[in-house]
Amino acid sequence: MAKGVMIIAEQRKGDIRKISYELVSEARRLADSYGQEVTAVLLGSNVKDKAAKLGNYGADKVIVADDPRLETYTTDAYTSVIAEIAKANGPDILLLGASARGKDLAGRLSARLGAGLAQDCTSFTVEDGNLIAVRPIYAGKAYAKVTFNESRPQMATARPNVMAMNEPDESRSASIEDAAFTLDDGMIKTKVIDAVKDEGGKIDLTEADKIISGGRGMKGPEGYGILEEVADLMGATVGASRSAVDAGWRPQSDQVGQTGKVVSPNLYIACGISGAIQHLAGMSTSKVIVAINKDPEAPIFQKADYGVVDDLFNIVPAMKEEIKKIQ
Amino acid sequence: MNIIVCLKQVPDTETQIKIAQDRKSIVEDDIKWIMNPYDEYGVEEALKLKEGFGGEVTIIGVGPKRVTEAIRTALAMGADKGVLINDPALEGSDALGIAKALAAAIKQTDFDLIFTGQRGVDDDNGIVGSALAEFLGIPQISVVLKVEVSEDGKVVKATRPVEGQSLVIEAELPALLTAQKGLNEPRYASLPGIMKAKKKPLDEKTLADLGLDPAEFGEGARRLKITELTPPPQREAGKIIEGETPEQKAAELVRLLHEEAKVI
Repeated sequence: MAKGVMIIAEQRKGDIRKISYELVSEARRLADSYGQEVTAVLLGSNVKDKAAKLGNYGADKVIVADDPRLETYTTDAYTSVIAEIAKANGPDILLLGASARGKDLAGRLSARLGAGLAQDCTSFTVEDGNLIAVRPIYAGKAYAKVTFNESRPQMATARPNVMAMNEPDESRSASIEDAAFTLDDGMIKTKVIDAVKDEGGKIDLTEADKIISGGRGMKGPEGYGILEEVADLMGATVGASRSAVDAGWRPQSDQVGQTGKVVSPNLYIACGISGAIQHLAGMSTSKVIVAINKDPEAPIFQKADYGVVDDLFNIVPAMKEEIKKIQ
Repeated sequence: MNIIVCLKQVPDTETQIKIAQDRKSIVEDDIKWIMNPYDEYGVEEALKLKEGFGGEVTIIGVGPKRVTEAIRTALAMGADKGVLINDPALEGSDALGIAKALAAAIKQTDFDLIFTGQRGVDDDNGIVGSALAEFLGIPQISVVLKVEVSEDGKVVKATRPVEGQSLVIEAELPALLTAQKGLNEPRYASLPGIMKAKKKPLDEKTLADLGLDPAEFGEGARRLKITELTPPPQREAGKIIEGETPEQKAAELVRLLHEEAKVI
């Protein structure tokens, strides 16, 4: 009989990533709703001292797999170790982050465990012991409510920035266990030979709390200078529409939309973006949307909480001065 | 070097998605079906590697007869042959079912490298590539932006963006790569290419041809079931900020974001 909610924590260079705390918080809510326990699984090298913090966010138990070969993520090593831990513990629900790495891992793990997998979910509930997940499809043009057949675990990845994070509670602690696993070098078939940090070390769009995006109205790559300035000031990440990326003004990694990144920041400011359906699909789960566009008929205004009908090259610099005043 | 590209057909990204009466599927009547955009980058990369190393590019699709259009497009771009896995029992299969069917077809061929798109722009799963690599027991490198194969054709090196970083990952062939936008600029099929494509081999295979049991596929075997489709939560058009000058509008906007929405 499968039981409990298990989450796979993510670390990079020994630092636990925010998505892990979002997962533990969500797992806690789900587990409490049907009287289950939360187990977090942490893989890495010399990471055991980081495990306690997962307890502060709501994990009852943390299983740590510590091995130098787990320092850096590889699909093969992580799949193998987590599959072994999952089989030994038999969780009812298994949650991962819908990060680049979480999605890579979840696909392979679901095939190894023969488990159903709901990717990139935006909400979860448990009804009669069954997980019900909601996931945007067609990049958010429709939402699918999904359930699982009798196979266990019920696997899902959670979209970063969507699940509410608990306040860490220092008085709450988890029992910490060493994982039993075997890892043979021969099974690790990929090797990370280089890791290059993105320029400026900016926060990725999928994890950003605030995004300021520019579209065709930016008129060229130079136009983005003012967006960068405002972004730096308020701790935002700069994004772009497909037309701006296709014109070569911004790199592909900046694209928001159906063939780019699907984002859900607290604040999304769209500058000179008309709001093509593919773009709207990629940002409509943002909490607050601002549109700045000269054209009052632009479809983006239909989605925006706040709209400014004016030239962005007048508005954005003036915004910068106003933001300075409140800081 | 023999390369396989797996592709699916998806609704054009311009499509307005309408939910069908059963509230579990979409209205397919007016849909223009296209090759999944991410798969197209896989086709292009395979053709580029073939130009350097020789060998054959085989396109494999799963789905109803209409999927042959997408396969013919890839053949017109320059791929050598196509296979369509078409069986009524496959209808409604989940990602693991599709991956299992693809794995069975691929096991019958000799291959060095497999490309899939990093995800389908329809169901946005991104599972089939990883699951296929698992069923074939080969390494995967997901969401790649750059691919290099060593001169001896034995090792692939691929660049993969993750949050805030680009990783360069190496694997011995055979391996599976999932293609991301930015990997290349897919070529258009030329008119002679389109003419030639009509004569290229395109086999159809059923589950029985692949030695698979139909009972393991289709709607009934789904581990994940859609119980309801809904339109995205509606957002109401909000306030249009009034003001005489850009400065006034900007001041009002920042005030509202700070005091009302509390996001800055």
